[in-house]
Amino acid sequence: MVRTALLSLACALLATAAGAQTAPEPTPERAAQLVRMVRQDCGSCHGMRLTGGLGPALTREALAAKPPEYLAAVITHGIPGTPMPPWSALLQGSEALWIARQLAGGFPNETNRSPAP
Amino acid sequence: MQRRALLSLSAAAPLLATGCALAPSSSTTPTASPTPAAAAPGALQGTGDLGVVIERARGALTLVNTSRREAIDRIEGLGDLSHASVVFSRDERFAYVFGRDGGLTRVDLLERRIAGRVMQAGNSIGGAISADGTLVVAQNYQPGGIKIFDAHTLELLADVPALNSSGERSRVVGLADLPQRRFIYSLFDAEAICIADCSDPRQPRITTLNGIGRQPYDALLSPSGRHYIAGLFGEDGLAMVDLWEDAPRARRILAGYGRGQQPLPVYKMPHLRGWAVAGRHAYLPAIGRHEVLVVDTHSWQEVGRIPVAGQPVFVMARPDGRQVWVNFSVPDYHRVQVIDTPSQQVVQTIEPGRAVLHMEFTPRGEAVWISCRDDNRVQVYDTHTRQRQASLAVDAPSGIFFTARAQRMGF
Repeated sequence: MVRTALLSLACALLATAAGAQTAPEPTPERAAQLVRMVRQDCGSCHGMRLTGGLGPALTREALAAKPPEYLAAVITHGIPGTPMPPWSALLQGSEALWIARQLAGGFPNETNRSPAP
Repeated sequence: MQRRALLSLSAAAPLLATGCALAPSSSTTPTASPTPAAAAPGALQGTGDLGVVIERARGALTLVNTSRREAIDRIEGLGDLSHASVVFSRDERFAYVFGRDGGLTRVDLLERRIAGRVMQAGNSIGGAISADGTLVVAQNYQPGGIKIFDAHTLELLADVPALNSSGERSRVVGLADLPQRRFIYSLFDAEAICIADCSDPRQPRITTLNGIGRQPYDALLSPSGRHYIAGLFGEDGLAMVDLWEDAPRARRILAGYGRGQQPLPVYKMPHLRGWAVAGRHAYLPAIGRHEVLVVDTHSWQEVGRIPVAGQPVFVMARPDGRQVWVNFSVPDYHRVQVIDTPSQQVVQTIEPGRAVLHMEFTPRGEAVWISCRDDNRVQVYDTHTRQRQASLAVDAPSGIFFTARAQRMGF
């Protein structure tokens, strides 16, 4: 039932994603923030290297069968009954889709992480 | 005080010279140029004021001295340290580091080097050490279960799968040591708490308490070792086991604490491991609510709720129990709040830096060290005046662990 709900969510998102296709990419600053957020904050459950933990692995291989629109719906709305929360309060829909596409393609590493001396 | 420092310096100098001559070569790189009194590897020193800070992105530990409030060295090569945790040997010389990638590393704090390392699982988040210091146990997500190791050699002694009712492996959370070479842990994917008697560590005997409630996510052992409390993600409430009973059983406490309210999204699982018991009260993070719950540990009834600035992640009592410090999940993780326990009021909100991940009190609680991941700083505060005493550069710091944990049950 949860899955059906998500699928319909994903379909709804697909409909709006037609617009999102042309949605602007995040600025380089925001993209860096999003990469850091995924690695560090989503990493609490999914692992900093996205190899999984309390949440499933988010590696390119693990997500091969999942369309980005579906992943974006999961990010935005969460999965009820599991620890995956909805991130809609902290992310725009276009940002969730951008993250989903990055995940599907193998998520980038953080750049510009200021190293301590 | 100046005079005392000089005296101890001059007293240490001859030892230092001897120590240096005998010092084994170290493969680590100092993070700061230590002053002469900061004891080079091999010099005679104690470990009671040492600790480690996890540098999660770098896969390294920063070795710190809590009396001098300094970083004194870095130990690298520990793998993926997201959600890493640490326990210490009884003599406080060795740190056992459990990495996300399943690495279990034994680090010699005096020689400042890795003294042993095994890859023991695919995905792991923590572990415990037996009271007698002979056994180290890892709790694993992948494959689910626990593994028991010889603390000196890291030889695998037993692999104990944790199974749900369908016979599938469950992820293990909330592992803690109990007296008499026993360990207790909870199964995220089964409504169960297990007690492993490792008196024969190659053939542990497991007692399973079923029906404890949905999705236990972490647990704590009270400072006396008597009560084990597991938080439940799948419902409002916690499971509690009185380990002093002849036949321990799990019972529900704080059942339905949020009844009728819509829970908020939980952006990060709270951690119960901490000094969350202060005096006769336990202070616990509410799941999906911006509240700290107060429980009377005599009656196990809710006796209060304290509104706080976000979703609590760590709720930690200062060792004397006079204060409870709370940090929060994203998006409120630039704040830390201090609760005064006699009045049960938040008495101060401080902003130590961006992305506060963890706090650790010095053994007697006069200072607290706070990791600020996104500022690459560890901030040190005087807990009485709440003034900042020091600020250390550490690369994306997360967990902070001081050696005094070696002398506490459940740590």
